[in-house]
Amino acid sequence: MNASLPLAVCLPLLGALATTLAPARARALGLIAALASSGVVLWLVVGVWEQGPLRASLGGWSAPLGIALAADGAVAALLAMTAMVALAISIHAGGYFRDPERLRQFWPLWLLLWAALNALFLAADLFNIYVGLELLGLSGAALAALGGGRAALTASLRYLLVGLLGSMTYLLGVALIYAAHGQLDLALLGTRLGPGLVDATALALLSLGLALKAALFPLHFWLPPTHANAPAPVSAALSALVGKVAAWLLLMLWLGPFAAVTQPAAATLLGLLGACGVIWGSWRALRAERLKLLAAHSTVAQIGYLFLFVPLIQGLDPGPERTALLGALLLMALTHGFAKAAFFLAAGQVQQLAGHDRIDALGGTAQRLPATTFTLGLAGVALIGLPPSGSFIGKWLLLEAAIDQGQWWWILPVLAGTLLAAAYVFRVLARAFNQEPTPLHFVTQVRAELPGLVLALLAVAGLGLAAGGLWGLLEPVEIDR
Amino acid sequence: MSTQLLYGGAGVALCVLGLWAFLVHRPLLRKLIAINIMGSGVFHLLIALAERDGAPPDPVPHALVLTGIVVAVSATALALVFGRRLDEQGGVPEDER
Amino acid sequence: MNGPARLLVALLAAALGGLLLWVLATALAARPEPALAEAAFAALPLTGVGNPVTAVLLDYRAYDTLLELAVLLAALLGIWSLGPPAPAYQRAGSALRAMVAWVVPLLILTGGYLLWAGGQVPGGAFQGGALLGAAGVVLRLAGDPRAGLPGESLQRLLAVLGVGAFLLVGLTVLAFGRDLLDYPTDWSKWLILAIEGAATLAIGATLAAAYVGGRPPGEGR
Repeated sequence: MNASLPLAVCLPLLGALATTLAPARARALGLIAALASSGVVLWLVVGVWEQGPLRASLGGWSAPLGIALAADGAVAALLAMTAMVALAISIHAGGYFRDPERLRQFWPLWLLLWAALNALFLAADLFNIYVGLELLGLSGAALAALGGGRAALTASLRYLLVGLLGSMTYLLGVALIYAAHGQLDLALLGTRLGPGLVDATALALLSLGLALKAALFPLHFWLPPTHANAPAPVSAALSALVGKVAAWLLLMLWLGPFAAVTQPAAATLLGLLGACGVIWGSWRALRAERLKLLAAHSTVAQIGYLFLFVPLIQGLDPGPERTALLGALLLMALTHGFAKAAFFLAAGQVQQLAGHDRIDALGGTAQRLPATTFTLGLAGVALIGLPPSGSFIGKWLLLEAAIDQGQWWWILPVLAGTLLAAAYVFRVLARAFNQEPTPLHFVTQVRAELPGLVLALLAVAGLGLAAGGLWGLLEPVEIDR
Repeated sequence: MSTQLLYGGAGVALCVLGLWAFLVHRPLLRKLIAINIMGSGVFHLLIALAERDGAPPDPVPHALVLTGIVVAVSATALALVFGRRLDEQGGVPEDER
Repeated sequence: MNGPARLLVALLAAALGGLLLWVLATALAARPEPALAEAAFAALPLTGVGNPVTAVLLDYRAYDTLLELAVLLAALLGIWSLGPPAPAYQRAGSALRAMVAWVVPLLILTGGYLLWAGGQVPGGAFQGGALLGAAGVVLRLAGDPRAGLPGESLQRLLAVLGVGAFLLVGLTVLAFGRDLLDYPTDWSKWLILAIEGAATLAIGATLAAAYVGGRPPGEGR
């Protein structure tokens, strides 16, 4: 029993309560809660590093009666990424929201969102995931509406409704599973699920619900307006973390407890949807007129990459090959988390300074906001997948596996997506660097610019160089709970 | 067994009806009613699963449904207030319709 | 959506319904004896409550309920962040006022009874909280702009009461080396009742505040 698992959910919740009760001190209390939550995640990661996968039962009842939380190496890495990105967003928000009233509204909702993220990564129970998804969807929609305008309200309302539809579809799948197996715990279900009509239908419903929330092509239509119209710190959280957790849950179900249910054809379909997402999202990003809209479309593409791994991993037995691919998948997810958060935070800075984020009118940004432009460039490097970023290694391993397994066609979307990403990133940088004089100050606003810069550096250099450590974390484990 | 199927089947029918209405209707209120009917269908199905041939019913689905209801009420309330704010600001922008 | 598209969606939905019915029939036919129900009844004496549904909600799966109360809080915070409420309805006429004066105390009393009874028979925090919320709705309809709720800071306290009670108990037992929310058996009944009481108040207040539909007056401006 390791107390860090329940605490990773409870501390952000506690922070949400404190910031609700004392709105006048929301900022100080919120930062304390953010630091404490990150600390507890650090404790959890150290625990997984030393002892391997952790599991904590709650309420003194073990599964199937009670609910458990579980953390393996992959979950620990995702939680650590979440904590770092969330910490950066927390610091950045203090500089971004000029209206103290908005900041007061931001804090409790943001901490509730963080609690939901941690709860979902740790979840080991099908119904518990449903409740977590609703907490994620409601706090996410409320945060996305903090911008206040008509476009933001419209997008948030659509996000909320789509999220509700996804949750209901998911819950229908849960009901079918309960009808057939009378269990909800994922580890126990893993031993009972098998090929057959009932389990396959249930998996289809669960996947449909999660795919809606993860914005997997062609269910991504709601994402660009929501992410582009939310306040920048919220966009960063939605793009880097919220979509990721839904995608992760979907992948975890397919590769973990439901592995016996999935067929190669179904895995190929999922990979195909991912490939369409990569190409469509990258293409729309290239055509986007606004910086935040570009980043939002690029998120659709980056989520797509994760699903390219499914057909390659699905047929593999546990072994070094599978671990390597899981590691590559994880590396892509982590790199995108850091890079996209950095990109949105930087885009928010540009928008606040210039009063708009039209890409065509970005001229001279490099002179006025050198650090922010540098952040955009670094994040772009990670989005393209240039070395030494983590996504370079991830894509490399993906290509290697595709060739080894004779499924060479998965190379095409990766190449197309990479080229398109290079095009849309350089389109932004070309506009930003189009004026001559050298800047006077590198950093103009420390609190708002530094968090994004650190995240971008982590995406490019940190993950690429520390990938070995990630393998160490993954080594003793498989996705299995 | 057949009672269970009848009751659960009614839940499935409600659920599909709600899904259809959600997809084809545009006004927010109709969409919200539709999603709530869909939710009621799922809850209906879960309640049907609690039946155990005369033995006291399985309490777990009952509890899941109670949790689900509170969650659905919360989401509906938030969506309604969203809708009202949007109306105050002149409704959904033209290009978003 | 135009005619043909509607028809197509209807046909697809009908096909989905048929498939789901078939799947449900298959699942129910091959259904194992639900082991979970047996386990839930077997462990009931350890929880200190007699109503198995309450035992699932507040003990076996208390963590779900904790998150669910957090969802309720998120919805309310979201509603508050969208601005002040619409103006109140006009004050009710004397006949309606007399009825309100009679119905509201009854609702509160029944809510309290449902909470207490929920330990042994069907009832509990949600049913009680829903009645409290209904009392708030009736008051607002009768012209009370605040739906009978207290001022801003007290409303905030009420809103977090449910999650707060859960966390207080859960983290206290965690500090003593037990699982989160693993109540000591001797205290179980009373801890569950205390959490339920807090949850009832929180649910009632949150539902009423959500019906008001906006930030309480006097919030820092």
